[in-house]
Amino acid sequence: ENTKIRVKPDHSGVVTDGVKHSMNPFCEIAVEEAVKLKEKKLIKEVVAVSCGPTQVTETIRTALAMGCDRGIHVEVSGKDYEAMGPLQISKIFAALAKKEEASLIILGKQAIDDDCNQTGQMTAALLDWPQGTFASEVTIDGEKVKVVREIDGGLETIKISMPAVLTADLRLNTPRYATLPNIMKAKKKKIANMKPADLGVDMVSRVEVLRVDEPPTRLAGVKVETVDDLVAKLRANGTI
Amino acid sequence: MVIWTRLPNRGKVVKAATVSGSDMANPLRREVRQLYKNLLFLGREYPKGADYFRERLKSAFMKNKDVTDPKEIKKLVDRGEFVIKELEALYYLRKYRAMKKRYYEDEMSAVLNIGRPVD
Repeated sequence: ENTKIRVKPDHSGVVTDGVKHSMNPFCEIAVEEAVKLKEKKLIKEVVAVSCGPTQVTETIRTALAMGCDRGIHVEVSGKDYEAMGPLQISKIFAALAKKEEASLIILGKQAIDDDCNQTGQMTAALLDWPQGTFASEVTIDGEKVKVVREIDGGLETIKISMPAVLTADLRLNTPRYATLPNIMKAKKKKIANMKPADLGVDMVSRVEVLRVDEPPTRLAGVKVETVDDLVAKLRANGTI
Repeated sequence: MVIWTRLPNRGKVVKAATVSGSDMANPLRREVRQLYKNLLFLGREYPKGADYFRERLKSAFMKNKDVTDPKEIKKLVDRGEFVIKELEALYYLRKYRAMKKRYYEDEMSAVLNIGRPVD
């Protein structure tokens, strides 16, 4: 939360070298929900999946420390990783879901680095599975899932059949901290390694980033004493 | 701690065993060491910096290094566990508030019945 984000001099993206990476906060909530469901004995096994270069294994380790049973690292690096977006990731997730015969896919509603909010929805569409997005409450009832969703203007409750895709919103739960003893214990858990090609997924991107800029600096607000002052200032800058 | 023994025939002194301090009379020693390691691990994300945290953690433990009463040690360990819980809560709240501010600002001003927040 304290790192200063810098745009690369060539405006092709932001500087990521040397920046400490950690699990996306909404995905932490997703992992917590999955582990909770397993602790309630409503699901059998939790598999943590991450797509990216070698460093993502650290994030998978954190998920294992939080209680996931095993991990899968889908290796994507270099140009493929730079171009990787929700479409490629959801193709990978869809292929894995079929291979692993998953009944639930739980992920964060969006990643805080790109704010796409698309991966969950795309994954559900590719699999033709129902989706419960922006979940603030999840209840499993037999083969169905009741999801309370945060939407503009309030909450919506839906009931969907499994297998399904759920995306976690901020108030779904309070993620546990991955403590040192848990991280030590998690070292015994396995992380499988594979490439997108092994899943029959092509990583070609249909999106090209043209330019990345910092947001324009906001001008400071001006305080006025009276209504007349306000009117005068609005006239002066041409608003009225 | 090392145990030396004298062999029966020639009276030669031989090292019979090395007993590690942690398995010795005080099993709480292991608990205290693990507590220190756990707190040190948590301290990496401390707002005022990992070094600041480590200094204060070390001096807090050193201050009590001569305590021998197991009941007292247990009380201190419990206090350490409490600090762990406090730090976990601190880190969670910090992240939650950052996310709330970033993504739910409009919602908050609606709930608090105030205008759009100005930077």
